[in-house]
Amino acid sequence: MSTLLSLQDIWIEYGDKVVLERINLEIEEGSFVSIIGPSGAGKSSLLRLVLGQDTSSRGSITLDGVPLKPECEPDRGVVFQRYSVFPHMTVLGNTLFGLECAQAPITARLFGAKRRAAIAEAEEMLEAVGLGDHLHLYPAQMSGGMQQRLAIAQALIKRPRILLLDEPFGALDPGIRSDMHKLITRLWNDYSLTVIMVTHDIGEAFGLGTRVLTLDKWRHDPHAPQRFGATVVYDLALTRKTASAGEISTAKSIEHHPENNRSITIDRTNNN
Amino acid sequence: MRWINQRIGRGNSLLMGIAPILILIIVYLIFAADRHAINPADKILPLPGQMVDAMRALVIEPDPLSGRYLFWADTLASLQRLGLGLAISTLSALLVGLVLGILPPVRATFGMLVTGIAVIPPIALLPILFIAFGLGETAKVALIVIGIAPFMIRDIAGHVGSLPREQIVKAQTLGASTWQLILRVALPQAMPRLLQAVRLSLGPAWVFLISAEAIAADIGLGYRIFLVRRYLAMDVILPYVAWIALLAAVTDFLLVRSSHRLFGWAHGDRH
Repeated sequence: MSTLLSLQDIWIEYGDKVVLERINLEIEEGSFVSIIGPSGAGKSSLLRLVLGQDTSSRGSITLDGVPLKPECEPDRGVVFQRYSVFPHMTVLGNTLFGLECAQAPITARLFGAKRRAAIAEAEEMLEAVGLGDHLHLYPAQMSGGMQQRLAIAQALIKRPRILLLDEPFGALDPGIRSDMHKLITRLWNDYSLTVIMVTHDIGEAFGLGTRVLTLDKWRHDPHAPQRFGATVVYDLALTRKTASAGEISTAKSIEHHPENNRSITIDRTNNN
Repeated sequence: MRWINQRIGRGNSLLMGIAPILILIIVYLIFAADRHAINPADKILPLPGQMVDAMRALVIEPDPLSGRYLFWADTLASLQRLGLGLAISTLSALLVGLVLGILPPVRATFGMLVTGIAVIPPIALLPILFIAFGLGETAKVALIVIGIAPFMIRDIAGHVGSLPREQIVKAQTLGASTWQLILRVALPQAMPRLLQAVRLSLGPAWVFLISAEAIAADIGLGYRIFLVRRYLAMDVILPYVAWIALLAAVTDFLLVRSSHRLFGWAHGDRH
């Protein structure tokens, strides 16, 4: 597998507060990278950096060998924990929006045959995330899980090179969450996605990911806690899973997550 | 049961809403009748019959001098000024508020200016308007615009500026340009807020209209009220005030209805 995204010596600093330091990462095409770490360890900062929402103070990022512009572009899709869908558009409208932006620069609306083609594509995508029967609902009329399904469909219709997930299932209740795990695993397989997911749920990180990154501070100055930033302290490749491996019993690995925690995080980290 | 948990049915709430109005009218009638018992020529609290007589001359009889039906001519003139002022304010609030809210360079350049204008009491500018635009319609419309537009602009800019950052980022990852983002994300979400701002501005708009008409006009609801004040003609003033209240209430009702109809998503309506 080839390297898709490459981060070289990335630092994020705000004044003299160092958030991230010396991040060197190669992310391969087709991988599912989970990022975990304590609060304030810069997980979301790293994601925003890859997204183009924030810029790094040092270092360079390349996507397919090309330096990233410090702006959000359609080659990187994103699903946030909340506010990812537009409240004034229906499910169909939300999904069409990406297509309309690309094909109608002035009106951002499609008409006639183009619109019909776009609707067909959007319907197919919504079918894939299980919203095929809810095309004309507004987000306010849907549950949190349905809104996240919509957010995923909306992002995927642009065929992004990378899908970035920022605690996408954090606000959902456990039953819905495990459905969403199955969904994202299936989509990851079907569409050969490359995914970077920030999460605070360790079970989720190991259940879904092919690689788990742990961000944390490895140096600590008690007199100036802001002096040192977090970096990748553990980088675990979960080799038993690949994008082509087919059916993955996500639900099972999630169910066993207390055990997972013990056997994987603690043991392996001690060995490292 | 606690008061905060009391549910009022539709019919009951109508009855309960009318009750205080009826009581006010009855109290007025008692006081008016009382005064008239002592002095049948009393002008301060006219009886309904006197109001009807006075208004008949204005509503269904043409003015002997100009041949116009004064009540309707007043209403038309005032509504024209108000409508024009509201339309200009609403449009400028939408355009300026949108770009101010969503484009950081524009906000940095004009944000302070708009805030500065918004804190000037508009009535203090009235002399300037009269000097600049003369005593005609322009100055009156301008007063309404200056009075309410800055507030509406700030409201819309604030609302657009507080759209979740996630939405703006998401739109960009879907390939939206600045223009597409304004057109499809910011504008539609500003619309219900705009109607809300118009509703809130109606009251001040009427205040500025009546003020401008009171000072320099030859027709209009505000002009009439201040004209007949010289003769203590409460029998005209009171019906005029009630008419203004009715016009304002109907406008408000229509705005609420159209907001629900056009932007149901913003009110959590079922479609």
